[in-house]
Amino acid sequence: MNRINQLFQQKSENILSVYFTAGFPKLEDTVPTLQCLQANGVDLVEIGVPFSDPMADGLVIQNSSHAALQNGMSIRKLFEQLTAVRTEIHIPLIMMGYLNPIMQFGFEAFCKECHRVGVDGMIIPDLPMSDFLSEYKEIASRYGLKFIFLITPETSEERIREIDSHTNGFIYMVSSAAVTGTQTSFDNKVEYFNRINSMNLKNPRLVGFGISNKSTRNMVNLYSSGAIIGSAFIKALQETQDVEKGVKLLLENLEK
Amino acid sequence: MNKEKDMQNNTNFSSPSGVGGRFSIDNNGYYGEFGGAYIPEILHGSFERLKEAFYAIKDNASFKAEYYDLLKNYVGRPSPLYFAKRLSAEYGTNVYLKREDLNHTGAHKINNALGQILLAKRMGKTRIIAETGAGQHGVATATACALMGLECIVFMGKTDVERQFLNVQKMRMLGATVESVTSGNMTLKDATNDAFRYWCSNPDSFYIVGSTVGAHPYPDMVGFFQSVISEEIKWQLQEQIGRDYPDYLMACVGGGSNAMGTYYHYLNDERVKIISAEAGGLGIETGETAATISLGTTGIIHGAKTLLIQDEDGQIIEPYSISAGLDYPGIGPAHAFFAKIGRTKVHPINDDEALEAAFELTRLEGIIPAIESAHALALLKKERDTFKPDDIVVITVSGRGDKDMDTYVKYFKQ
Ligand SMILES: Cc1ncc(COP(=O)(O)O)c(C=O)c1O
Repeated sequence: MNRINQLFQQKSENILSVYFTAGFPKLEDTVPTLQCLQANGVDLVEIGVPFSDPMADGLVIQNSSHAALQNGMSIRKLFEQLTAVRTEIHIPLIMMGYLNPIMQFGFEAFCKECHRVGVDGMIIPDLPMSDFLSEYKEIASRYGLKFIFLITPETSEERIREIDSHTNGFIYMVSSAAVTGTQTSFDNKVEYFNRINSMNLKNPRLVGFGISNKSTRNMVNLYSSGAIIGSAFIKALQETQDVEKGVKLLLENLEK
Repeated sequence: MNKEKDMQNNTNFSSPSGVGGRFSIDNNGYYGEFGGAYIPEILHGSFERLKEAFYAIKDNASFKAEYYDLLKNYVGRPSPLYFAKRLSAEYGTNVYLKREDLNHTGAHKINNALGQILLAKRMGKTRIIAETGAGQHGVATATACALMGLECIVFMGKTDVERQFLNVQKMRMLGATVESVTSGNMTLKDATNDAFRYWCSNPDSFYIVGSTVGAHPYPDMVGFFQSVISEEIKWQLQEQIGRDYPDYLMACVGGGSNAMGTYYHYLNDERVKIISAEAGGLGIETGETAATISLGTTGIIHGAKTLLIQDEDGQIIEPYSISAGLDYPGIGPAHAFFAKIGRTKVHPINDDEALEAAFELTRLEGIIPAIESAHALALLKKERDTFKPDDIVVITVSGRGDKDMDTYVKYFKQ
């Protein structure tokens, strides 16, 4: 069974999922970051494939992407680094990246490499659903990869149902109308969270965007299967320039 | 003949999508393999509503009447089609200039800004955002917002804020907020990124895209609002030379809006040969260039599948051009398609060739063109041997050179 499905079968609440940019802060930090996150009880990791023009990301991830590219990160390099990752990492891994670099690498080649190194799924935030259905879905499933879609407070009920029907893993629920790294209050989100919960979707949800401390994490844990943390971790890595210290700082911040 | 009346009646406003014929777009906004909408989920609803509103309104009589009234009485259209006698003598052919530089705010950009702002008003939007390179689209949008009493935020790369400062001051005087963008090369691409990011965070705002770039329906919509250029060329040629088409049409292509407007009603007319100028920068072999069609490969930029300048890993390469308005690593998907199927021929024009052409037009005709437009004018020299004495060559002068005086003065001194 795919590790993503396995995780959600074993655990239905308080899941902690962390995003980081591959090759940041240093080129060879990718695998050590995975090890450290796993050792500290993180349930799921999204490995960010850096892109020069990340249109849906705030400054923190723009900067980490830029730094990673400066460090020499590329999809080719990333798969090299991940070649033996499954000898020590057993938590599910998801690739997250914009379509253009993946398209240049070749979508099927990308899926094949994901399969070879043991990646379980992918998120491509700028891939339209219609293209996914007509060209990508079949290839991804041939390589056993889960395709994760986002929903936002703007997404219509009809579209959420469509996304739910084409998904078999989890749904990435964006907390607010925002780019990544935006700090917003979660006070006014209850209506949105309740609305989604009352839809009885077949897929579990993880909530991401703007989760950086105990109160925001508790809040999303209350209304979903767990939290996705991105910019708050990148910020900690930026500050410490060190994987272990960065993970430690993140976990401390999540207790505050 | 009553020109204004004619302007409204002869339009091709009923075409459902795209230009029609070989140049139709499909429902997902593809010109052949180029186009589409590669957008984050947060903007999905905004794009759906935009498409719905635009396609419902584009042929609507009261919308058209309001739009054409503004084009005539506010912008000063029709813009003249001017027979450039001395330039014609120089190149041994008949050169006509489509004078978009004489529009209010000094460029073709106002045609599109007004079309989109009327749409925004009808959609009940109160906050307008825009990206700008040379500042012409920013000024046009700020102008339209002042006219309609709407809030306006313009994103502009810091490099461009510095090299086109006159336009920054105009936007501020018009009441717009100019956000100086410091990511990437701090030029048009980066301004567009930040405008998109702002839109993601504020999906209620209306984004007036300034060129035929971005996700569907923008390339189609912007092209449509610029199509008034070729619509006028048709009857102006008829009136001046007794036939309604030229042998050659030429324009500069940044994202491609003035070119699209210039070509629109002639795309399906194979008698008309079309030549586009893109920014060669210091030369396409130097790496300091924005010659997207010459150097680009297929990829995704700002939500469209098109040609773009990128490395083998799919990272976008920062472009360079003396002209802020052409300094863009992508190209409108329609233009990628036209070039690919051979409907247009495309020349990269280097900085020095554009400067030379700007001075030539100034000295021969007393017209100081925008540095972007000077790229189109430089095509005359490139294609000199092609033109026959009785050929009719129409070149769009997309804007005037006020904003480029610093650049010109620098060259002047050398
Ligand atoms: C005068 C002028 N011409 C041309 C352009 C290029 O844009 P497009 O290719 O959309 O016409 C610009 C853009 O800023 C401009 O200001």
